[in-house]
Amino acid sequence: MMSDLTKLSLAEARDAVASKKVSSVELTKAHIDAIEKARGLNAFIVETPEKALDMAKASDARIASGKACPLEGLPLGIKDLYATQGVHMQACSHILDGFKPPYESTVTSQLWRDGAVMLGKLNMDEFAMGSSNETSYYGPVASPWLPPGWDADKGRSALKGDKKGLLVPGGSSGGSSAAVAAHLCLGATATDTGGSIRQPAAFTGTVGIKPTYGRCSRWGVAAFASSLDQAGPIARNVRDCAIMLRSMAGYDPKDSTSVNAPVPDYEKAVGASIKGKKIGIPKEYRIDGMPAEIEALWQQGIEWLRAAGAEIVDISLPHTKTALPAYYIVAPAEASSNLARYDGVRYGLRVPGKDISSMYENTRAEGFGREVRRRIMIGTYVLSAGYYDAYYVRAQKIRTLIKRDFELAYQDGIDAILTPATPSAAFGIGEKGSGDPVEMYLNDVFTVTVNMAGLPGLAVPGGLSASGLPLGLQLIGRPFEEETLFSVAEVIEQAAGRMSLPKAWW
Amino acid sequence: MSVDQATVRRIAHLARIAVRDEEVPHLQEELNAILAFVEELSAVDVSGVEAMTSVIPMRLPLRKDEVTDHAGADVVTGNAPGAEDHFFTVPKVVE
Repeated sequence: MMSDLTKLSLAEARDAVASKKVSSVELTKAHIDAIEKARGLNAFIVETPEKALDMAKASDARIASGKACPLEGLPLGIKDLYATQGVHMQACSHILDGFKPPYESTVTSQLWRDGAVMLGKLNMDEFAMGSSNETSYYGPVASPWLPPGWDADKGRSALKGDKKGLLVPGGSSGGSSAAVAAHLCLGATATDTGGSIRQPAAFTGTVGIKPTYGRCSRWGVAAFASSLDQAGPIARNVRDCAIMLRSMAGYDPKDSTSVNAPVPDYEKAVGASIKGKKIGIPKEYRIDGMPAEIEALWQQGIEWLRAAGAEIVDISLPHTKTALPAYYIVAPAEASSNLARYDGVRYGLRVPGKDISSMYENTRAEGFGREVRRRIMIGTYVLSAGYYDAYYVRAQKIRTLIKRDFELAYQDGIDAILTPATPSAAFGIGEKGSGDPVEMYLNDVFTVTVNMAGLPGLAVPGGLSASGLPLGLQLIGRPFEEETLFSVAEVIEQAAGRMSLPKAWW
Repeated sequence: MSVDQATVRRIAHLARIAVRDEEVPHLQEELNAILAFVEELSAVDVSGVEAMTSVIPMRLPLRKDEVTDHAGADVVTGNAPGAEDHFFTVPKVVE
């Protein structure tokens, strides 16, 4: 048996389990132990070790009978936004207090169909609204990356306190990115409405892909902004993401926006040549006040792709600047509608009131956290009579313009677009957004355009900042051409060298 | 555009979120910060541009209007904070 099974990549673990070098039960136990020791990070909010071991035993039995599936016996973490039958699912909100869905989300049911093992539910920003995992009802997640200059003792003592000063793992999929980076699971499900897969991946030195809108079913994933939400994986390398996405993607008649197109074997694209691919470099992503190290990282990425035979082309996406403000109209508007269902009647929290209306109002005031209440109110305002055209319809027109920018670039033969993933490295817990909510929103400036245009986007580590923290590059693809992203990302991963993740100090 | 305190209370009521008096000034500030942030959109020329309805061009599929998934009343009311005989219970609505 190998020494530390949690250090295997998902692909390595798959091969070890399939060739019976390691059993799924051994692999699963190693991860259950790692999760127990890492409770201070607060990445898992619910652990399901018994369920995991049952699933692992079933996997080992299937392997013994020669019936192994693509993810057979591989332990994964599941973001709390996904419905998991009979297991806690609260979108990390108080308003879903005690909710155990009687059904399974399509994406997770496909993971179990393919043999994966569930380790538990992962922390996240409440209803996926946040960029730092600090809006969770269950408290913030600490990144496994120590702040510059901190030693393990200082880190451990901060974990016991309010975690202030430790780094955020990004958000909203902060539990997913932290758990993957800390080797608590081989991979994790995540979701991305404005950057919630790519920004956490960039902050933790992991890889994440938001597929094309419609590639993965949204059925059974708590809705935030339905026209922007997409499911996707976070894992420790490009190949692992490709393997997970193949199982997560696919047509689902229960989601009317899911696309009925065959799912390719994404892993085959990993390692494919990118010679002659045209990579667009959009000048509008060179924003004011961008740190020099982000600019240098981007330049380095360009050089790596050129060296691999890609053709680098300067492009223009003129409406880039409008994407973030337009997003902060569209997303809250859809959220205010989607979250209307949480009223204290059919599930979750109920706070009594003197009549039914005050019961609704009290339940929603206590059940939703500050950021969620704020976004529901903004959404309610921009949809209200007299403002609908000025705000919502205008934002949807701008969305058409944003998408057209990309279409024109792709018509000119661009295969993929390279940008930085985030405007900075990870910041500290408690550092941002306490005064002005917009300060936090600016984190998504490079990622949000991709959701507005429905395109696939992938974040891959490009290197470290001057203070030793991971920085990510983003690749944006043509609709349903995730394979190109995997091929190009693999080139970056090979050139940058596999990210060396922090050793356990927690 | 910016909101005054009366508007903050009106929005909160429309959204069915109770707000305490002392929360109103702070909420007003936050909402106005967001509205100021989105203000730059009013300068974008959108004449002749169609509002987006579907980000990936597709036809909304239709299916037969029939029961496809029936979990049963126990399951449907199983998570309710108040339920009796397979009904959701709420505070009295009609006197």
